[in-house]
Amino acid sequence: MMEKLLSPFRHLGALTINAIWRLGFASRFLLAILLNSGQSLLRFQLTIREVYFAGVLSLIIIVVSGLFVGMVLGLQGYNTLARFGSSDALGALVALSLLRELGPVLAALLFASRSGSAMTAEIGLMKATEQLEAMSVMAVNPIARVVAPRFWAGVISMPILAAIFNVMGIFGGYLVGVVMIGLDEGTFWSQMQNNVDLHYDVINGLTKSLFFGMAVTLIAVFEGYDAVPTASGVSSATTRTVVTSALVILALDFVLTAFMF
Amino acid sequence: MPSDSFITLRNVGFAYGDRPILQDVSLSIPRGKLIAIMGGSGSGKTTLLRLISGQIRAQHGEVLVAGQDVGRMNNAELYQHRRRMGMLFQFGALFTDLSVFDNVAFPLRELTKLPESVIHDLVLLKLAAVGLRGTEKLMPAELSGGMARRIALARAIALDPQLMLYDEPFTGLDPISLGTIALLIKKLNDALGTTSIMVTHDVHKSLDIVDYVYFVANGRIVAEGTPEQVRHADSPWLAQFVAGEPDGPVHFAYPADESLAQAFGLQEKA
Amino acid sequence: MKRSTIDLWVGLFVAIGIAAVTFLSLKVANLTPQSDTNTYTLTAEFDNIGGLKVKAPVKSSGVLVGRVSNIALDTKRYVANVTLVLDSKYQFSRDTSAEILTAGLLGEQYIGLTQGGDMENLKAGDHITITSSAMVLEQLIGKFMTSFADKPATGSNAASASQ
Repeated sequence: MMEKLLSPFRHLGALTINAIWRLGFASRFLLAILLNSGQSLLRFQLTIREVYFAGVLSLIIIVVSGLFVGMVLGLQGYNTLARFGSSDALGALVALSLLRELGPVLAALLFASRSGSAMTAEIGLMKATEQLEAMSVMAVNPIARVVAPRFWAGVISMPILAAIFNVMGIFGGYLVGVVMIGLDEGTFWSQMQNNVDLHYDVINGLTKSLFFGMAVTLIAVFEGYDAVPTASGVSSATTRTVVTSALVILALDFVLTAFMF
Repeated sequence: MPSDSFITLRNVGFAYGDRPILQDVSLSIPRGKLIAIMGGSGSGKTTLLRLISGQIRAQHGEVLVAGQDVGRMNNAELYQHRRRMGMLFQFGALFTDLSVFDNVAFPLRELTKLPESVIHDLVLLKLAAVGLRGTEKLMPAELSGGMARRIALARAIALDPQLMLYDEPFTGLDPISLGTIALLIKKLNDALGTTSIMVTHDVHKSLDIVDYVYFVANGRIVAEGTPEQVRHADSPWLAQFVAGEPDGPVHFAYPADESLAQAFGLQEKA
Repeated sequence: MKRSTIDLWVGLFVAIGIAAVTFLSLKVANLTPQSDTNTYTLTAEFDNIGGLKVKAPVKSSGVLVGRVSNIALDTKRYVANVTLVLDSKYQFSRDTSAEILTAGLLGEQYIGLTQGGDMENLKAGDHITITSSAMVLEQLIGKFMTSFADKPATGSNAASASQ
C-alpha cells in the first residue's frame, strides 16, 4: 500500500534527476562543441556543406509557410481592424506580429522539424553504424568533424531563414491587404514604416532567431550523439528533438521577450 | 615473454559496472605476426580489442603497445597511438554520406597535409590493393557487404599502420567474399609487416591464415597455441569449439535459477 | 552532390538572406542611412505629458520631422523634461510652440510643433519655451462634470471653458 502511494513520487523524482542530468550533459556537450569548433571554422567547407542541408533545403517550407502565415494575418487582421475602423494599420499589424514573434518562432519550429530532426537522425544513425566510433579510432574527433559543423550551420541558417520568413509573410499580408482587399498601398507601407523600429523590432527579432538556432541545433546534435544506437533509439531521439525543441523555443521566446521588449 | 613483443597485456581486468568482462588476462604479441583471438559471443574478445585501441581503459593491469600503457595515455598520446593503428569494424562502418574515394581519402585528408594529387594516387593504390579500383565514384549504399568490407579495409590501411585490428572481419559474408577478405588480411600482414590482431569466431578460416591463436572464455584466456597445436589439442573445450558441438564444457542451456519443471510449477522449489 | 553546386546554393541562400534583412531594414523599418548623422536635439518642458512615450513622433503640419528621444521628470520643479531629436532639414523659429496631441480620439500621442514668427531659428540644445500639455481625458471629464454641476445652464460651453 505504502509502496503504491510512494511510487508516483519516486517516478517524479527519477524524471527530475534524469532531466537535470541531461541538462548538465547538454551543457558540457555545448562546451565541447565550442572547444572543438576550430576545424569547422578554419575548414569552412565542412560548415558550408551543412548549411546546404540545414538551410537551403529548408527554403521551400519556410517560403511557403511564411507566405501563408502572412496571408492569414492579413485576412484576420483586416477583419478585426475593420471593426474598429482602423484597417489602415494592417501593414503595421502584419509587420510587427511577424518581426517580433511569429517570424522567429514559426521559422524555428519549422527548422526544428525539418532540419533538427534530420540532424538527429543522421548523427544517430552514424552512431548506430559505428561510423562515429570508426572516426574516433582513426584519431579524428567526431565532435570536431561531425557535430560542430552542423551546430554552426544551424546557428548561421536560422536567422537567414527567419528573415526570409518575415519578408514572405509581409509579402503575403501585402497580397491580401492591398491586392485582394484593396487597401491603399501607400498607407499600408507608411503605417508599417512609421511603426516598425529597426532596433526594437527587426534586430531584436533576428537576435531571437539566433538564440533559437543555437538551442534547436544544440538539442538536435545532442539527441543524435546521445541516441541509443538502435533503430528504435534513433527514432525516439528524433521525436525527442522535435518535442524538446518546440518546448524550448516557446519557453526561450518568453524569456527573451521579457528581456528585450 | 619474447623480447620483440609489440603488444603486451599484463593481468588486465575490466568490468562494466559490477559485471566482470575480463579477468586477469595476460598475453603477448610479437611484432609482425597475425594473431587471432577467438571465443564465443560475449566472451570478452571484442572488449580486449577495444582495450588495445584505447576506446576503453583497463581497470586493472596494463595494456602495453610498443612499451606504452594505453590506459595511461593522455589525449595527445592516444591520438599518436591511433594514427599508427588501423581498425576494421564488424560491418565496415563506411561513412554513408561520402563516396568510396572520399571514404578511403578520409584519414589522409584529416590527418595529413598531403596535396590532393598525392592523395588521389594513394587512394587508387589502396583500392588496387583490395582489388576494387574502379569503384571510386560509388556510394557505400551501392556496394555489396563483401565489397564494403574491402573498401573499409582499404581505408584502414590508408596510413600504412603498424598495427591492424580486425573486429569480426568474417561476419555476414558469403564464402567467396570471406575467402577474399581472409586472403587480403594475410597478404597485407605479410606485405606491410603490420602486427595484426583479429577477433573472430570463425575457426576454420582463421586457423588457415594466422600465426598464433588465443582462446577466450568467461573473460579469461583458456587456451593458446599455433594453428597446428590447436588442431591437435586434447582440451575438451577446444574440441567443442573447433568442432562446433552444441553441448560440452560450454553448456547449451543458460544457467537458469530453477529447472523447467520448477518454472512450470510442477515441482517444489528447492 | 558536387561541391561547386553546394557552394552555389549556399551562396544564393546567404544572398537571399542579406536581401531579406536589407528589405526589412529599408522598406519595412524605414531606416534612412543619414538619419543618425543629420539631426539636432531640442528640449521642452510640459506640465503633463499624458501618455507620451519615447520614440513618439514629432510632427509639424502633420509631417514627421523627428522623434522623442528621452523623457525625464525634473525633480526640482516637478515638470516633465522631454528631449526631441529633429531632422536637420527642418529648422524652426525660436518662438515655436510645442503641444502634445492625440492621433484620433484614442490613438497614440505625439508632439506637434507650430512655427512662430521669429527670424532666428532654434539651435541644437535649445529650449522650446511655449508648450501646452497633453489633454488627459479623465481631467477633461472631471472639469466638464464640475462646471456642469456649478452652472447647469451653460453646460454646453464647459468643455471649451476648461481650456
